[in-house]
Amino acid sequence: MSRLAKWPPRYWLVVLVVLVFFGLPTQVTSFQSLEWAEVLIFAIVILGLNLLVGYNGQLSLGHGAFMAIGAYTTAILVHRYNVNYLATIPIAGLLTGLVGFFLGIPALRLSPLYLALATFALAVITPSLIKRPVGLTQGTDGIEILPQQPPDWASSAFTSVTGGPPMSSDQWLYYVVFFIAVILFWIAWNIVRRRPGRAFMAIRDGEVAAAAFGVNIAGYKTLAFGLSAFYAGVAGSLYALATGFVHPDEFPVSLSLGLLVGAVIGGLGSIPGPLLGGIFTFWLPILSGQFVGGQSWIPDQVAAVFKNAGPAVTYGALLILIMIFAPNGVVGLILSAYARLRSRLRGAGERTTGQLPPDPQTV
Amino acid sequence: MTEFAQQVISGLASGGIYASLALALVLIYNAMGLVNFAQGEMAMLATFLAYTLIGRGMSYWIALPITIVVAFAGGLVIQRVIIRPVERAPVLTLVIVTLGLATLVNGLAGFLYGYIPRDFPSPFSVQTVDILGAAASYRDLGVIGVSAVVLVLIYLLLQRTTLGLAMRAAAHHPEASRLLGVRVSWMLALGWGLASAAGAVSGIMVAPILLLEPNMMQSVIIYAFAAAVLGGIESPLGAVIGGLIVGVTVNLAGAYVPGVGGDLQLAVAFLIIIAVLVVRPNGLLGRRAARRA
Repeated sequence: MSRLAKWPPRYWLVVLVVLVFFGLPTQVTSFQSLEWAEVLIFAIVILGLNLLVGYNGQLSLGHGAFMAIGAYTTAILVHRYNVNYLATIPIAGLLTGLVGFFLGIPALRLSPLYLALATFALAVITPSLIKRPVGLTQGTDGIEILPQQPPDWASSAFTSVTGGPPMSSDQWLYYVVFFIAVILFWIAWNIVRRRPGRAFMAIRDGEVAAAAFGVNIAGYKTLAFGLSAFYAGVAGSLYALATGFVHPDEFPVSLSLGLLVGAVIGGLGSIPGPLLGGIFTFWLPILSGQFVGGQSWIPDQVAAVFKNAGPAVTYGALLILIMIFAPNGVVGLILSAYARLRSRLRGAGERTTGQLPPDPQTV
Repeated sequence: MTEFAQQVISGLASGGIYASLALALVLIYNAMGLVNFAQGEMAMLATFLAYTLIGRGMSYWIALPITIVVAFAGGLVIQRVIIRPVERAPVLTLVIVTLGLATLVNGLAGFLYGYIPRDFPSPFSVQTVDILGAAASYRDLGVIGVSAVVLVLIYLLLQRTTLGLAMRAAAHHPEASRLLGVRVSWMLALGWGLASAAGAVSGIMVAPILLLEPNMMQSVIIYAFAAAVLGGIESPLGAVIGGLIVGVTVNLAGAYVPGVGGDLQLAVAFLIIIAVLVVRPNGLLGRRAARRA
């Protein structure tokens, strides 16, 4: 108990957030649970992207492609080989991680620019690559996955809490995603605080200096890339289970860009940032489309165009504005506002403590 | 054999287009050590401008120079307004900003013109003429000719004029140039303008072939990436050679390699990028670059 009393306030915030997400399906509809499961899935892949971009300073524009690998691994295993869907999640993650690891090798000796180029090209060709082996991926037909029924213990526990109808498959899937997300966030948090994380950041901030201190540059760079791809693979696998359907055109290059936007907006180089990024990436296109569609003064034609072009315009403008004015994203803004507030409350003497550097530029 | 020669000629025509866009990438890379992911989208927007002008009844040969001038000014303005605030930021920040720019321009074009592909006029007929036994279309020859003129003009500007000298100096030795009275920041802006103009030409050349729509340049920019990487990303001449090689290779692969076909031609470009990065990261003509940590 005495240890709990010494917890810094942010730990309690984490507990609160976890509890809110844990209780969410009991308060919202089954469909909304599924939507929030997708939010968490985006948060997972953005977290992986953030480990790579924010902590290691390498840029990947191909995480949509990694999600596709994870999603198709799960879909093919479940659909063709009747593998248990839970077992396919780690398989998809490890396979994608392996692919990322090998893709990361040519990037080792190169500047981040080349990595960005290569992964961007990968993201662009992914849909047509998937369509090719029709026997394996069923081409443009896509693969359907039947919804997963919750086990009895979960269902009865859920009913005893809500007193309502039994647990739906969407709600069960939400909990699967939720527990995996908690574990993956916990792992990421531990990684960045310990030796690998310090090595990632040392490489980001100065490769030569890091090498001089004995950091294995090649090893940690490929590790970061493989780890990041692992997160994307797990997220892709969960995405396939959540939507119940995989199709080549679900993984366009704009998905990869949207993920990067999420990472940038939440805050590069922060662990809670990806959660905010996931919420943003998932809800922005939906909410903005609903808003414009619901306004009667906007002609239908304009609304239809906005559905396609609106997110792109918003994403683009936000990327530019955030990189110029707030390179640490929303989390960076909150932290600096909090630090300012605290120094204001404690008086002028401590004004400089706890503040971020004036121009942190983590990227 | 004649079919092979025809494939080579049409490959050279696409190669000329890729070369123009790759040259635009190289110009900006040389100016600020940055690959401009928005280059293709900027070219696409310029092409829509030309489309609008021609649609208003303007002659093709008047609309073309006007578009190029406007694209030049647009590139200049973009550098001043969007890139300059982050000019000194790490390269990752810059790349993310150009990605944002690409997305923004793509969305804007979608807003203004919609996503329905449109026919774009070409001043060259698709009739063929006999060259050494191969039937080459006037359109391919015209594209090759226009690309060649643009590339030669840019070469002359960079290598034979004082302005070009100042631009190259500002790119390679900004501090020394500043001491010698070169306005470095404006030279970078000029580089952006020039790149944007070269890109606009590639967009206008490719539009009659691909049909004009906001995502038109998405594949072209990948070919241009491959061309720039293959030629050595800091070498203008390399970009041209790389563009021609990529154009011909991709065309021949599409025609003769079983299983490639039209839809996987882009994958060939991806393979070229990966192969160059693994085997010879500096490209064909690139200097052995000192690595920037």
